[in-house]
Amino acid sequence: MADDGIGASITRKEDRRFLVGRGTYTDDINRPHQTYAAFVRSPHAHAGIRGIDTSAAESAPGVLAVLTGKDLADDGIGDLICGWLIHSRDGEPMKVGEYAVLAKDTVRFVGHHVAVVVAETLAEARDAAELVEVDYDVRPACIATATATANGQPQVHPEAPNNRAFDWELGDKAATDAAFENAHHVTKIDIVNNRLIPNAMEPRAAIGEYDFGTEDYTLYTTSQNPHVARLVLTAFVGIGAEHNMRVIAPDVGGGFGSKINIYPEETVCLWASKKVSRPVKWTGDRSESFMADTHGRDHVTTAELALDADGKMLGLRVHTFANIGAHLALFGSVTPTYLHGTLFSGQYVLPAIYVNLEAVYTHTAPVDAYRGAGRPETAYIVERIAEVAARELGMDSAEFRRRNFIQPDQFPYQTPVALTYDSGDYPAILDRALAMSDYDTFPQRRAESEAKGKLRGIGLSCYIEACGIAPSAVIGSLGAGVGLWESAKIRFNATGNVLVYTGAHSHGQGHETTFAQIISSHLGIPADHVEIVHGDTEKTPMGMGTYGSRSLAVGGSAIVKAAEKIVAKGTKIAAHLLEASEADIEFKDGAFTVAGTDRSTTIQEVAFAAYVPHNYPEDLEPGLEESAFYDPGNFTYPAGTHICEVEIDPDTGVVEIVNFTAVDDFGTVVNPMIVEGQVHGGIAQGVGQAMMENCVYDDDGALITGSYMDYCMPRAQDFPGFKVATTETPCPHNPLGVKGCGEAGAIAAPPAVMNAITDAIGTDMQMPATPLRVWQALQAKAPAMAAE
Amino acid sequence: MAVSVSLNVNGKSVSREVEPRTLLVEFLREELGLTGTHVGCDTSQCGACVVHVDGKSVKACTMLAAQANGTSVLTIEGLAPNPEDLHPMQAAFRDNHGLQCGFCTPGMIMSAVDLLQHNADPSEQEVREWLEGNICRCTGYHNIVKAVLDAAGRMRGQPQAAE
Ligand code: FES
Ligand code: FES
Repeated sequence: MADDGIGASITRKEDRRFLVGRGTYTDDINRPHQTYAAFVRSPHAHAGIRGIDTSAAESAPGVLAVLTGKDLADDGIGDLICGWLIHSRDGEPMKVGEYAVLAKDTVRFVGHHVAVVVAETLAEARDAAELVEVDYDVRPACIATATATANGQPQVHPEAPNNRAFDWELGDKAATDAAFENAHHVTKIDIVNNRLIPNAMEPRAAIGEYDFGTEDYTLYTTSQNPHVARLVLTAFVGIGAEHNMRVIAPDVGGGFGSKINIYPEETVCLWASKKVSRPVKWTGDRSESFMADTHGRDHVTTAELALDADGKMLGLRVHTFANIGAHLALFGSVTPTYLHGTLFSGQYVLPAIYVNLEAVYTHTAPVDAYRGAGRPETAYIVERIAEVAARELGMDSAEFRRRNFIQPDQFPYQTPVALTYDSGDYPAILDRALAMSDYDTFPQRRAESEAKGKLRGIGLSCYIEACGIAPSAVIGSLGAGVGLWESAKIRFNATGNVLVYTGAHSHGQGHETTFAQIISSHLGIPADHVEIVHGDTEKTPMGMGTYGSRSLAVGGSAIVKAAEKIVAKGTKIAAHLLEASEADIEFKDGAFTVAGTDRSTTIQEVAFAAYVPHNYPEDLEPGLEESAFYDPGNFTYPAGTHICEVEIDPDTGVVEIVNFTAVDDFGTVVNPMIVEGQVHGGIAQGVGQAMMENCVYDDDGALITGSYMDYCMPRAQDFPGFKVATTETPCPHNPLGVKGCGEAGAIAAPPAVMNAITDAIGTDMQMPATPLRVWQALQAKAPAMAAE
Repeated sequence: MAVSVSLNVNGKSVSREVEPRTLLVEFLREELGLTGTHVGCDTSQCGACVVHVDGKSVKACTMLAAQANGTSVLTIEGLAPNPEDLHPMQAAFRDNHGLQCGFCTPGMIMSAVDLLQHNADPSEQEVREWLEGNICRCTGYHNIVKAVLDAAGRMRGQPQAAE
């Protein structure tokens, strides 16, 4: 193994520019003659627009244009789209309400885009935006997830009666009902998966630029998927065409799903740049992020688990209301369905499963993918109900799970909810996590806490997820509008160093390093001699972007496929140079060797020969550059056990995480240091959801948690150090054996934390377990304690 | 109506006429093109904008450029003595994988450098408490804390091996 190849914890190639303040985020870019956009947003959750008076704004200093939804319609600009068509259980297609770029005659959430002011300076744009007079006809709003479908609720879209976008099911209802009839014990729980606001630290931003000379558009944008943005903006929204639109997503400061959707702001910047004949820049402030970035989660669920007398799972029945907000965002329909319902078997032999999910429109910001996207919601249900079941049966939590695990010899394992798990060893992961967390000696630590007047609890979460999305034919049959393959191009330069062009996009994941490590291992080029190019539709081949922990499993596999083509061509060149037969050439560690001899030539020499083909095979094209597209054969199935231990002060309800252990099987690990970092970050977001974060709208739809004053973000002192480790069962169907690690922590942590807290307080409660709520749960459980 | 501000930024004197409402962070980013100092919020909470003013860490979104008149400002671009080098804090962030997307990083580093000016040998808990005003969404803080402790060791002249 090269010391900078697969498996090495090398430091990151991308770090230097960030460390010295020379990263290039979208807001760091300024274009000649640029103008600035400021949006007029609805202060109401639901209102008709009787009229918009733009005259005062138009005559304000520096203003170049004030544009509304009517101007968009006059220019034939279409609505934004959802990328996945879901069908209800009665066969009806989902009900899609309007997703206008600027509101037409109705606003549907606080922060909804009503008009835009374009001006010479940002201050002038903002000042003039205040002068736009909108005459609103304020109407009652539908806000709460669980009651959105009730008769008499205000309607969000005329297309969707009772606010129901779709009523979806998965699994065998009859078989599941039968399992419950034969059950020895049934565990039932009600679960709220709290609504979150993603809060990547870089706010969204965009610069649109139309060139009247070339008639081309350029968009600089904070996107996780620039090619998809180009496709949607041209083919669906109707701005330009794919061949004359360039989308550049430069350094992007975190995404977590909130930078997948194609939003009004970037659309407006592009369109307005043609109207004012100058580049138009918009940078969101944090308040705009809170209001109008896509939000995450927001499910209300009832779940039941049927068990036999030995504590074996027989069946799982789930009903959920999923809030999709005012519009179906790009992944808004797939997140609560195929990224969610398909994982309900967890790590368990669970013979019968039935899931029914009603997706509801409300007068709130659109809800889309957020780190884990559908899978955290599933793991939360499965791992909470497993824990409650174990407690009801009086069984040890670990033993209960062990008894129900899919065994290592059962792979490939077909679940009752469509997926075929490819590999895994769940008992081994559990054993490792139990050992690392000193699970056996927990009772002693609990006794010590009790002696101090504190409560102590421990909680497990044995999650599974499906990553590496996705086999295109499979998702096509399920309603996807695109394929989810990935692309790579490897270009050798004449001097022997390498450029790799990928359709994936890095916004913190470290692709510039891990992808270079793949080249080191597969082509023998030191990682330092490899540059990864991404995030520019004009430079990179068409690609689907980064989300769903897919970049290494799908994008990395495309790089391996392209590397194989490089070796195949290099073998021909080497055979010629070494005057040997192609069949006798072996490639290893960057050298082509005639088998059984010491005659060899390096891949760098081969690359030079390819560009200076003086002595070269007659029938071979010059150059050394190969492309590949990789469409995965299956999803990948990372799995793990996370264990959280908490100590709680019953007088204040303050929860301290005293230990957090994560053992994950991500298949082959390319860079352990980066993988650990991904796990740490995911855990922090998961703990944030469990203990702090909560998006709150009041009954009228005002966003109560609209800033960092009200929306509690996890800080450094909220955590202990994390104990993390990996086990490895390589993925059998991709050439790297990798499974994906980006979302694991956010999926695993919430149930682990809540199982620990409910273990400590001896009663159930919903997230987030803030001190007030924990204290209230304790009071409700034992009113006598309050009197003490 | 403009006000004139003169200050020293990263060792160089600069003078500009600016609108009175111009924030120091806007001045650095827009007037001077020092885009390493970031803006992550509008309520002075996130710390992406931390710079040093006369040697102390300050949220540059919370100070007017006019208030910085006559001061010495150090930004992330000026932290290392020369452009080829990394300050020990920058090197420790790299070696301990203390950054992912990099957006919070300049503010984190400037804040952490100020911590070590106050306390050359902080405990893990002291590091976590000091960073209360800096939000990172990517790293879970684990490796940031490790990096700051490592940098403290390096700056005291006792390199700690990154485990
Ligand atoms: S920009 Fe957030 S604290 Fe200054
Ligand atoms: S590294 Fe992304 S916010 Fe800290």
